[in-house]
Formats: sequence, structure tokens, C-alpha cells
Amino acid sequence: MLLPMNAQGETIYWENFEVGRVVPLGEKTVTEDEIVAFGREFDPQPMHTDPEMAAHSMFGGLIASGWQSCALLMRMICDAYLLDSSSLGSPGLDEINFLGPVRPGDTLRAQMTCLETRASGSRPEVGIVKIFYEVFNQDGDCVLTWRCNQFFGRRPGTSAS
Amino acid sequence: MIGFFENIEIGHANEVGSHRFTRDEILSFAQRYDPQPFHLDEEAAKNSLFGALCASGWHTACVWLRLLIENRERMLAAMKEAGTPVPRFGPSPGARDLKWLKPVYVDDVISFRATIVDKKDSRSRPEYGLVVSRHEGMNQKGELVISLQGSVLVERRVALSP
Repeated sequence: MLLPMNAQGETIYWENFEVGRVVPLGEKTVTEDEIVAFGREFDPQPMHTDPEMAAHSMFGGLIASGWQSCALLMRMICDAYLLDSSSLGSPGLDEINFLGPVRPGDTLRAQMTCLETRASGSRPEVGIVKIFYEVFNQDGDCVLTWRCNQFFGRRPGTSAS
Repeated sequence: MIGFFENIEIGHANEVGSHRFTRDEILSFAQRYDPQPFHLDEEAAKNSLFGALCASGWHTACVWLRLLIENRERMLAAMKEAGTPVPRFGPSPGARDLKWLKPVYVDDVISFRATIVDKKDSRSRPEYGLVVSRHEGMNQKGELVISLQGSVLVERRVALSP
């Protein structure tokens, strides 16, 4: 996918992140089979694995594990830009908010907004970016947000060493 | 010990379980959810900051989640067997301060521990209360590899009056 951050085929470096810019990250439809399979593997609670029992839960039906939404967002991020970037991994997230249920057949749409960029104090070839990620369902309800910290390599020749 | 919201004690800690991260599992998770080269490719990983193939941080988090749920189910089953009333659990509103402190490499064994750090009333769901825990995962060398603050709704014996 071509982001408004870089020209096609160019690596995205730390320098490409612009504070305040909103960037779409694509869509993903979640099936009942995927919800049950993820639930069985990582979050074996009836609300994620058993449609019959889930019907009697507070959500009235099967819902995806919030951590499945996180895994799917991670994949959307990879496909949208991370695999074309100088990503050096992440030290973690300040916040993960599960704001609403994700149900079978929902189509999730993700976007990101860069909140802050700063150079690493200890490693001149590394930059740090704080990014706000949001995931919406097809009705426009926000179901998941992250405040995430990420490391990126700096564009060669630009780091102050 | 696990129980209804009123019986949960701040400061209580328990061992949740441990897991060995095999190469196959690391690759399988990364192929599906986090196909960055340092989670998929030995050579690329060698040349990365991590120095060797390592698990996606989300993989570590998902394994933590499974051990946490399985541990809870074991404790609830024991309560049922003893004839004790069993609380219901609601969904989690999220997590705070998720930190990936060290890479999880192939065949690392990570042991998880949970400590109750806070309890809060839930205004929107008076029959539940919010329990906040600090979770930590440690590798076989005693190094902390992941920590996070998680929260979950736990049923009360007596619902809050409106």
C-alpha cells in the first residue's frame, strides 16, 4: 500500500513521520471461524469460543478477544507500512483500550496519527515515534485504540553522530 | 486466591504458569500477525538489533493471556468442586504500560506472575468491580521480558446500589 508518507518503493525512515498527520491503514473483515480459532488458541473463554454460551453473555453473542483485535491491527500495520520501513521494533505501549465488541462479519478499518517524534539520546542512528492507532467497525464505532512507542532507523546520512 | 470482587485482596500475587517458545510457534505467529524479518528469518534477525530470531511481542502477550485464562479456569473448577459459589468475569477494558523489556528467543521459557494492585467500582456495571493487576513475565535467566498492567471486571457478591 502506498502511504502519503513516502514515494512508492522507498523505505520509510524516522524522518518520514509527521506529527498530526492521519494515515489510513486498510481494512480487515473478521469471520466467526477466525474469532473461534483465535479464542481456542489464546483466549479460551466462552464469549470467544462458544456461540451458544456467548448468546447468554453480556454481549448477547460471540465477540472477538480484544487481543485478537490487537494481533489483527499489528498485521494491518505490517502490511500498510511497517514492512517497507526501517522498523527496529517497539519497547511497548502506553495504553491499549478495548472500547467496544468486535463481532463475526465486522469489517475493521484502522488509521494512525503520529503524536510525537524524538531522536534517541543514546543511539544516534535510531529515532522514536509515538503513534496513536484507532480501529473502527463498519458503523464508525471505535473498538480499539493504542498509544504505541516505536523505534525506526534514521535516514542514512541524516543522524547527528 | 481468586474469588468475588469483595474477597480479592490488593497485594495478592500468584504464579500464573510458564511456557517454552518453540521456533515453530514463533514462526507460525509471526507469519499470521507480525511478519517482520526479525520474527521470521534467522539471517535477518542476526543482523538486527535483536541478534537472533525472537518472538513477536504480541505473541508473548497472547501466550500470557492463554496461561492467565487457563489458570483462572483451573481455580474456578476447584471452587466449583468444593461447592463454593463461582464469580463471573466480564471483559477487560484494556491494558496500560505494556513493556517489552527483552527479546524472547527460541526455546526461552517464560514464567508469568500476577499481582493485584487496585480495585475500583464500576459505575456502568454495578454487579461487577474492576480488578487491576500487574503482570510480569520472566525468562529462564531471571530477566524480566514483559510487563503490563491489566484489568478485568469481576462479579460482586452484592451489586452496588445505584
